[in-house]
Amino acid sequence: MKTYLISLFSPDGPPPEDLDLTTVMADLEVVNADIRAAGGWVFAGGLADQASATTIRRPRDGVADAVLTDGPFAEAKEHLGGLTILRSDDYDVVLGWAERIAGATGLPVEVRPFQGDGDPGQAPTDQ
Amino acid sequence: MTVSGADIARVFRAEHGRAVSVLIRALGDIDLAEDAVQDAFTVAVERWPRDGMPPSPAGWIITTARRRAIDRLRREATREARHTEALALHAPDDGSGLPEEGPVRDERLRLVFTCCHPALSREAQIALTLRLLGGLTTPEIAHAFLVPESTMAQRIVRAKSKIRSAGIPYRVPRDEDLPARLASVLAVLYLVFTEGHTATAGADLGRPDLAAEAIRLARVLVELMPDEPEAAGLLALMLLTEARRPARTDAAGELVVLAEQDRSLWDRALVDEGQALVHRCLRRGAPGPYQLQAAINAVHTDARTAAETDWSQVVALYDHLLRLAPTDVVRLNRAVAVAELDGPQAALALLDRLDLDGYVALHVVRAELLGRLARWPESAAEWDRAAGLSDNGPESRHLLARAARAAGAAARTGDRR
Repeated sequence: MKTYLISLFSPDGPPPEDLDLTTVMADLEVVNADIRAAGGWVFAGGLADQASATTIRRPRDGVADAVLTDGPFAEAKEHLGGLTILRSDDYDVVLGWAERIAGATGLPVEVRPFQGDGDPGQAPTDQ
Repeated sequence: MTVSGADIARVFRAEHGRAVSVLIRALGDIDLAEDAVQDAFTVAVERWPRDGMPPSPAGWIITTARRRAIDRLRREATREARHTEALALHAPDDGSGLPEEGPVRDERLRLVFTCCHPALSREAQIALTLRLLGGLTTPEIAHAFLVPESTMAQRIVRAKSKIRSAGIPYRVPRDEDLPARLASVLAVLYLVFTEGHTATAGADLGRPDLAAEAIRLARVLVELMPDEPEAAGLLALMLLTEARRPARTDAAGELVVLAEQDRSLWDRALVDEGQALVHRCLRRGAPGPYQLQAAINAVHTDARTAAETDWSQVVALYDHLLRLAPTDVVRLNRAVAVAELDGPQAALALLDRLDLDGYVALHVVRAELLGRLARWPESAAEWDRAAGLSDNGPESRHLLARAARAAGAAARTGDRR
């Protein structure tokens, strides 16, 4: 069993006016329901506007202060807009879900495995 | 019978894919499998010349590799990991307990579908296929594609590491995914072949080794998937193209175009095999792009002279191909056939609608058609343009010679440029 991060990339600015967000969310929920039914669900969520981001840098020397910057880490035309974390032992199934998420949102989607097998995070509920 | 180094090298090429694929299945790891097979061949190099070739070289290699892998794991692995790996090694090899997969069972099929998984870049797919299935070394692959060895080594390492960390599965795709996934495998083999047929760059027109390798792998694929007409179509296309290789260059290594080739130099055995495959494909009535291209090549190889070519048949096949693959490259090739049927003027009009500026073949075709209309200055300019776009030595020399001939004709007929 591996854990995967599916990232959605949104263009800057408000969503296009002709985009029916209700339909998008409903389509996404169908995919999410299938992921849950397959036992792969870990987490999913959409992020607030990237203007709300704060970037923090701090050297490892334990002395220097942190430097805060108002804005996202990288200025780009597209930014991380939402993410899904799921588990599966079948990469092709994960790609299939990612294709459906891309199809439901019309956004480019990136699939990336977490390091190693199993659960990469602490999951107290599993203990 | 004495066993030479060349004999062993032949077995290595022929059986590498089978041996590695069986070992990957047993060990669950590509690198371990490759090392084990390499070890087994090292043993073979010592023993076979002395003891003779075993009755089943592939079986011997697989058994030896398996044993070597167990030894290696005993030496290297931690106690716990060793336990797990040893279990995998001794697990029954009948696929029991595994999810239901595609209809075909040969291990090499799993391997080729893993190598050509769509999550890998096309370059990585090609490199992995040649390395794992084809048994080519990294330097051989690097040489074939004119990239530094370190670049190719890195490409292969990165691809294998992605297979491991992303969990790219080692299996034949399910039936509903098969057409798309097979298309990717066929595209990889065809790219290897076309690079072998006319190299992107370099002093030689082609790289016969690479074309031969693609044909060998296509044969394996057809053997493994006898019910896939497009696989057979691709093999036929390769055979019919390869058959013309002896006539494609003259004694000096210069390019000879199809219309001017000495057809007695064509490899009759390859032509016959390719044509038989085409006929068998067409009888199934499920023509795809590769089968249609093979059929077009079959029409060409049917004609004893260029003039005897059945051009209306060629145009009809291109029309069919256009319905499946409506691309400008197909339209360009169709225009060449139209020129033979309806004359150069009609074909030129078709070219004007294509968005292929900078594509060598477009400028070649236009130059040729303009020449037939005795529009020499324009023709010379197009030959020049094509020559400037080609990085292949023999091809670009051929194009420059044509440019010079057209320019000469322009001067004689008094046209000004």
